[in-house]
Amino acid sequence: MTAGNRTLWLLIPAVLLIGVCFLYPVSWLLQRSVSEPVWGLQNYIAIFSKSIYLGVLWNTVAIAGATTILCALIGFPVAYSMVHARPWIRKLLIFVVLIPFWTSILVRSFAWLVILQRGGIINDILVGIGMIAEPLDIVYNRFGVLLGMVQVLLPFMVFPLYSVMARIDGSFFRAATNLGATPVRAFFRVYLPLCLPGLGTGAMLVFIIALGYFITPALLGGRGDIMIAQLIFERIDEFGDWPLASALAIVLLIGTGLLFAIIKGVSKLRRGRI
Amino acid sequence: MFYSAKFWGGLRGIINVMLVVYMLAPLVIIFVISFSSALYLTFPPPGLSLQWYEKMFSNPTWTRTLVTSLKIMVPAAIAATVLGTAAALALSRMDSKWALAVRAVLMAPLVVPVIITAAAIFGVFRIWGLYGSLWGLILAHVILTLPYVLSTVSANLAVFDKRLEDAAANCGAPPWIAFRRVTLPLISPSVMSGMLFAMVISFDELVVSLFLSTPRVRPVTVQMWSNIKGDTDPTIAAIATVLFLFSLLALLADGIARRRSGREPGL
Repeated sequence: MTAGNRTLWLLIPAVLLIGVCFLYPVSWLLQRSVSEPVWGLQNYIAIFSKSIYLGVLWNTVAIAGATTILCALIGFPVAYSMVHARPWIRKLLIFVVLIPFWTSILVRSFAWLVILQRGGIINDILVGIGMIAEPLDIVYNRFGVLLGMVQVLLPFMVFPLYSVMARIDGSFFRAATNLGATPVRAFFRVYLPLCLPGLGTGAMLVFIIALGYFITPALLGGRGDIMIAQLIFERIDEFGDWPLASALAIVLLIGTGLLFAIIKGVSKLRRGRI
Repeated sequence: MFYSAKFWGGLRGIINVMLVVYMLAPLVIIFVISFSSALYLTFPPPGLSLQWYEKMFSNPTWTRTLVTSLKIMVPAAIAATVLGTAAALALSRMDSKWALAVRAVLMAPLVVPVIITAAAIFGVFRIWGLYGSLWGLILAHVILTLPYVLSTVSANLAVFDKRLEDAAANCGAPPWIAFRRVTLPLISPSVMSGMLFAMVISFDELVVSLFLSTPRVRPVTVQMWSNIKGDTDPTIAAIATVLFLFSLLALLADGIARRRSGREPGL
């Protein structure tokens, strides 16, 4: 008997719990999505043919995509600055970027609501200095959603980038400029390609997590501009429409699963090449 | 000017400051507003007072929901810690191929979008009569927090020297004693930090609780949610500050636990 067999029983409670209270419920969703009102794919066909549902799918992809691009644009200089900062500043920056891991999304989304609303700080200041006459609508729309989501998801972009940038040898860049490349050219031809693995991982992570977001878009988004998670909630909470909600959940599950498989595949390929 | 070190240093400084403002300003503002003397959410507040904390602690809706949150958090975090640590131990001694598959299953609640978990658990728990009960919420929170404990403890076990346990066994210690006297003390910082993680996740959890709770059994985050959707007064800022301070305290405790054990704080 090996040591592994002797401790195997320690696994039983956790596996049982996840099996009964997680895997079974998810498979129950899958079953409801194809068995009601009759067996078949009618719920999936409805999702991909009716314009209301297609609109929500498109919104979801568009918001997740925009969040990813903004996270990359902000995360890149932030990660660079972190790598090249003095140790105590780096520690401070890491702490600041990690705050989202430790504070509730609800609290932070509420905070944005207070700042952005019509009588909020930003509008007060802008009206106060006379830049605008009327308060701007900067929340309950895309802008508010993106501002909130980028803040929450930034760490998932910054840390993969940071770990890649910290390992890049600065002499590559100097070699390129010594050989006559302009800094801009050296950046695009030497530095950026070296960062791509981190950028790719970060972008995929942000995109996947953003696809399933609920709290931030529900609090900061516009009424008609909803994402798939909000639609699932609404279908169950307001209409008790389980077949359609289940199908939407399975679509989201398959979408995120496929993207994760792509990340795994790409990282395996990359490891195989080196 | 474009090529000067001063220019780039300055630019980096600006980026750093902007980042700190973007990440911290909302929390700082909520913190300040929670001490406001005004009757509505306004910044900067005209004066300071503790009226919203007084209101929070004298309003039975908030005290009851806060207590409910604690009643869910404590058993859920303990159960997740025990089950997650046990699973991590078993996995660290298993054949790598099987261990990988089982680990993937146990980590699934962390990877699957939480709205799916929430809908699935709600649907099944309603049939099982667990909807609207404290037990249902506790079970759901164990599932959501177990992956955090598992991954924290596993990371520690990966660098744990198994020969120490073998040495104890060779000296005649039965497995349970070897575990309690050798393994557990060595991995306890990660078990602690896994439990703190579980506590914070449970206390802050909203989506699954939103599905599973009823007005009678309602954690504080769900109450906050319905108040934010209705009309908001600075009491919510006070609640938000309590939630934030709780997380900060856990982070601090984690840092202390890690420093004691000589590991790097942070990541």
